[in-house]
Amino acid sequence: MKMIGALAFSVLLLAVMASAIAVVWARHQGRVSFVELTQLQNQRDALNVDFGRLELEQATWAAPGRIEQIARGQLGMITPAPAQVEIIRQ
Amino acid sequence: MNPRAPAPPPLGSRRPPTPNPRKRLLLVLAVLVLASSGLVARAIDLQVIRKQFYQDQGDARFLREVPIPVSRGTIFDRNGVPLAVSTPVVSIWANPAELLEHADQLPELAKALDVDAAELGKRLQERSDREFVYLRRQMSPEAAQDVLALNIPGVNSQREYKRYYPSGAVMAHVLGFTNIDDRGQEGLELAYDGWLAGKPGLKRVIRDRLGRTVEDVEQVRAPVPGHDLTLSIDSRIQYLAYTELARAIDSHHASSGSMVILDVPSGEILAMVNVPSYNPNAIDASAPASRRNRAVTDVVEPGSTMKAFTVATALESGKWTPTTPLDTSPGSMELGGHIIRDTHNHGLIDVTHMITFSSDVGASKISLTLSADQMWDMLHRFGFGQSTGSGFPGESTGYLPVPRKWGDLVKATISYGYGLNVTPLQIAQAYSGLADGGRIREPSFVKGADNPAHAVLDPRIAGEVMAMLRTVVSPAGTAPDAAVANYSVAGKTGTSHIASGGGYVNRYFSLFAGVIPASNPRLVGVVVVADPGGGNGGAYYGGLVSAPVFSEVMTGAMRLLDVPPDNVQRWYTGAPQPVTPQISAATADARKPRETEP
Repeated sequence: MKMIGALAFSVLLLAVMASAIAVVWARHQGRVSFVELTQLQNQRDALNVDFGRLELEQATWAAPGRIEQIARGQLGMITPAPAQVEIIRQ
Repeated sequence: MNPRAPAPPPLGSRRPPTPNPRKRLLLVLAVLVLASSGLVARAIDLQVIRKQFYQDQGDARFLREVPIPVSRGTIFDRNGVPLAVSTPVVSIWANPAELLEHADQLPELAKALDVDAAELGKRLQERSDREFVYLRRQMSPEAAQDVLALNIPGVNSQREYKRYYPSGAVMAHVLGFTNIDDRGQEGLELAYDGWLAGKPGLKRVIRDRLGRTVEDVEQVRAPVPGHDLTLSIDSRIQYLAYTELARAIDSHHASSGSMVILDVPSGEILAMVNVPSYNPNAIDASAPASRRNRAVTDVVEPGSTMKAFTVATALESGKWTPTTPLDTSPGSMELGGHIIRDTHNHGLIDVTHMITFSSDVGASKISLTLSADQMWDMLHRFGFGQSTGSGFPGESTGYLPVPRKWGDLVKATISYGYGLNVTPLQIAQAYSGLADGGRIREPSFVKGADNPAHAVLDPRIAGEVMAMLRTVVSPAGTAPDAAVANYSVAGKTGTSHIASGGGYVNRYFSLFAGVIPASNPRLVGVVVVADPGGGNGGAYYGGLVSAPVFSEVMTGAMRLLDVPPDNVQRWYTGAPQPVTPQISAATADARKPRETEP
């Protein structure tokens, strides 16, 4: 009986120790992962920032007003008068 | 050997009892008292005297929960062109108490922040009991980096987002704007704020004495970024509408104007513009009046554009057909003490030509054969006097009086569009209903919105009204200028006096509502120009002011949307032509410039 009690005690003791270490390990892993997550989020944010800027830049370059100005002013393009338009029947 | 060793005497006799045992007790007590008073003194020192210091130190080392900012969703047009984009900016804040300990560095800081040094010092002094004061908000990341590089204790940064609107004034009214905290204040930014905004997250961090984050510990609540929103607006058509409307308002010296373009099959709003507009990237510089989205918030008396619905009521009553004769001579009639006048005497015409020539006398005579309930019911079915359901903040419902009080005069005036108030969007919705075989939809600002149509008018009657409206856009009608080459157009002009101070003045609203292509309706356009001619002569008829805007915009829109022409006068036969044949409207090419003459 004594033997069984001692055995059970030592097993439980080991289990407690193991779970204590597991808790510490899990928490550590959690922090490591969180740091990694934060880094990746920062990276994502930086990429989003770049993307937003590029989008804005593209929208600015492609603004209809600018296109019209270049087409009419620099390239000398005109809108054909209705009489100049030919419609083709398919 | 010690002779006493074998028999040690009792202790008492060897070491006689201390003469004064109380002395020892007192000594021990004294030591204990000293020690405990030392502890008490230390405790007082910690808890009372230096409490603030330790409290602050503890706080400074404490774990802090800080919000994780999220970016607001981007707004796109129907083709994916970004219309409102959030980009990160940096706000500089400070802990005043800490910063004031280094007051000698304030001038340097003020210079980097580009603010007045004295003003900055004063601000900090006033708020020295707080822990958080914004020094400057929404700086560019580069400028903020220069400030932080000074390494002044107590100065910190915080990431925020600022909204940019690349399309500027063209889209301003539809989009609205956000405030400095990135919350929607007007327009669709307000209507869809919950969808666009997202939810900031929360994370626990370890911060050092200077408030800098040493380590991210854990995420308390995950951030939910804002959702993107794709509008039904086509930015190319929007731009076209804005430039043409602005040009018309300028050349006619008008005070303001609106244009709405609806996609008939889906009920989606392809363009909605107002002039004057404002720059949403610099709101403070604009006049508040220029920020109204007049197309939904402002009402006008629709004038003759209502005659389409008067005629629809007449046809539905069974008393009239498109060819029923109608005597409008001598071009005026007296009713309830008021004179109703046409521009000139149209003589004996029929119902169709009442629309073609826009005869107020004819419309009044028709209305006298109809009951007030019939007329009200038709207007109500087409959405007048009610919200269109677009969901735009501040949308006006307009005003449609209840029919109980309508006498003959009210029926007559309503038949040609006075005595009721409507928004340009309501006119567009109603005409879209006529164009779609009498089926009406709620106009929508969002692409792909589920928008069921409900029938409000017999398709045969709607078709007959459409056929009458086609005669308006003909050399004989009131709006020959609304014609678009190679397409058939149906529409109706309207000119109404502006009501002012309890009466009508010699200032006008010029309206045009049109449908294109009339044979297979795709777009409805409504143009409203307020006060053309500046109140001193000048053209003010809807057919002269608003119809040309419709024509110019729709010419471009048909090409941009690749709508097949339905009214080609002259087909290309392959014979040699004086003009280069590769210019063809059938191969509508978005890369070409606008379809308008300068």
